[in-house]
Amino acid sequence: MSEQVESLIRKDYSAGFHTQIESDTLRPGLDEEVVRFISAKKEEPEWLLEWRLKAFRAWQEMEEPTWAHVSYPLVDFQALSYYSAPRSMANKPKSLDEVDPELLATYAKLGIPLHEQEALAGVAVDAVFDSVSVVTTYRAKLEEAGVIFCPISEAVHRFPELVKKYLGSVVPQKDNFYAALNSAVFSDGSFVYIPKEVRCPMELSTYFRINEVKTGQFERTLIVADEGSHVSYLEGCTAPMRDENQLHAAVVELVALDDAQIKYSTVQNWYPGDKEGKGGIYNFVTKRGLCHRNARISWTQVETGSAITWKYPSCILKGDNSVGEFYSVALTNNLQQADTGTKMIHIGKNTRSTIVAKGISAGRSQSAYRGLVRINAGAEGARNYTQCDSLLIGDRCGAHTFPYIESRNASAVIEHEATTSKVSDDQLFLCQQRGLDAEKAVSMIVNGFCREVFKELPMEFAVEAGKLLEVSLEGSVG
Amino acid sequence: MLEIRNLSARVEGNDILRQLSLSIRPGEVHAIMGPNGAGKSTLGNVLAGRPGYEVTGGEVLFHGKDLLAMEIEERAREGVFLAFQYPVEIPGVSNMEFLKAAVDARRRHLGLGELSSFDFMKLARDAAKRVNLDQAFLKRGVNEGFSGGEKKRNEILQMMLLEPSLCILDETDSGLDIDALQVVAAGVNAMRDGQRSFIVVTHYQRLLDYIVPDHVHVLAAGRIARSGSKELALELEAKGYSWLEDEGV
Repeated sequence: MSEQVESLIRKDYSAGFHTQIESDTLRPGLDEEVVRFISAKKEEPEWLLEWRLKAFRAWQEMEEPTWAHVSYPLVDFQALSYYSAPRSMANKPKSLDEVDPELLATYAKLGIPLHEQEALAGVAVDAVFDSVSVVTTYRAKLEEAGVIFCPISEAVHRFPELVKKYLGSVVPQKDNFYAALNSAVFSDGSFVYIPKEVRCPMELSTYFRINEVKTGQFERTLIVADEGSHVSYLEGCTAPMRDENQLHAAVVELVALDDAQIKYSTVQNWYPGDKEGKGGIYNFVTKRGLCHRNARISWTQVETGSAITWKYPSCILKGDNSVGEFYSVALTNNLQQADTGTKMIHIGKNTRSTIVAKGISAGRSQSAYRGLVRINAGAEGARNYTQCDSLLIGDRCGAHTFPYIESRNASAVIEHEATTSKVSDDQLFLCQQRGLDAEKAVSMIVNGFCREVFKELPMEFAVEAGKLLEVSLEGSVG
Repeated sequence: MLEIRNLSARVEGNDILRQLSLSIRPGEVHAIMGPNGAGKSTLGNVLAGRPGYEVTGGEVLFHGKDLLAMEIEERAREGVFLAFQYPVEIPGVSNMEFLKAAVDARRRHLGLGELSSFDFMKLARDAAKRVNLDQAFLKRGVNEGFSGGEKKRNEILQMMLLEPSLCILDETDSGLDIDALQVVAAGVNAMRDGQRSFIVVTHYQRLLDYIVPDHVHVLAAGRIARSGSKELALELEAKGYSWLEDEGV
């Protein structure tokens, strides 16, 4: 069947257009001067510049990690530009009416209308274009509830105490090579604070767009849910089609204080490169959440884009009775490579974690699940359930599973289930014999395979995710 | 409605069908019997277009059209239905979603509009009742965790909803107990309307007590060795298949 399935996985990347817009882009290269430039550009306080420089110096001493099951030529960090902003954003627009229509049109074309009256009901959006935040919708409405949702560059000025307290508290500057790089040069990203006992009245979302050529995007997201609060947050990502690889090294930190709940969903559709593996985004991301007592952090991700994905959204279950969840669908096609999974670190008593990871490999792609479940000595009564399923489409792709389990407490209960299956000739034939064409059949089979994860997504996005899979798989049978 | 002329086909390099000819008129029920390896299942699979079944000669006209030139899904939409001997599972895809997609594909092909979800649900529930499947099966994954008998009844359910003009039943009776067999047969009989035709592939005469055929064909060594009325099936039951070989066919 492979031939048949092979040709089903092919469709053009619809978000691959480039916006013609004048940008101020920093000369390529990375040194202290660049770090100082970025900090100055954002008029940052002294402490933050020092914080960045500390990260930069640490980064210089570090080496690019090579343990992941991916292969690519090492990145030339001196060939990239570390800051790019649309020129029209130099004098920050005060309202949507002042935003460059080209920028608004870009987001509209991506299906993200930024005018509030047209926007998805009940979803507030922060739109980040290259290195800056373009606009954040529904801010007034959120502020009524006491919710802060703004670009992190702005939060540094308006809420310095909160930023200073939590920035780097979950992912320290020296955490890893890419986190250190991000800490040194991060440009923008979103900041969210949900006050005590507040249930955020709407979904929050950030939409990342890389436009400029030969730039890296280094956004930094910080979400703090104060005691007893609830928030659901979604991020989406796209980039133009380009022949050269682009680097995306983001850091996301979540802090869930006592009894708080954070649901973080990602639909990642960065440009995956062409069928021959040319171009595409290198997506090297550090995401981690810290759970205090009775808190819950839930990561849901649908990863279909990027040439290379290196990403392990994790939970540190520090507080007693806290809960961590990870639901993931990672689809690779053509020559894409993904090494993704999670870490669940059980520190508190009676902490619980659930991992459901679905990997789909098509074309000549390679997909790996890498997960760590660690039960510390003090984590009495900790529980973990891991389910890890791989689906292969065709016979030239690969799926790999690297589970690490470390338990230092005898009372822990850890379950791990793993399966590997193929979209079989028989399944395909059954569907076609009932009148479905092969593409519809494969997308239906893949959607069925992902069902457990899709049901964790906010409703508006579950449908989107299904469609995205369908598009990403097109051409894989035929 | 179906005209098979000198059809030859091979599977994995082995010639299985050798110049088989068979003509079926609207409303007829043809039983295909024969020993293991005679090519009974191959015939159904070739007609449905299953990959791996290579046609090496002959032609098949279906309602006057060249069936072998059509894609698998095109044949299905034109009205060819194959009830599988071993229905596969499709985990996570609800039976209802699957059935609606199939029915919509056929209706679009026929120039009929898609059914509303409401109308479709009504049809599906009614059909489920007729094959004695609980409503809950409609919400479960396609054949996911179904017993052998439930899977076969699910095939008949699909057949009822798709309203094909040619139904091929590939050893649908295998692995069924007598109650399930009666349910399946009743479903098939209810669909006999004088226009719809059936090819019933079976190893045993038992099924033909319930689905009474107009013609019985014995397949041996890739071609029809003998044709007759329903009495032929009884004769086979009494004598086995070896007497055919003894007669040198």
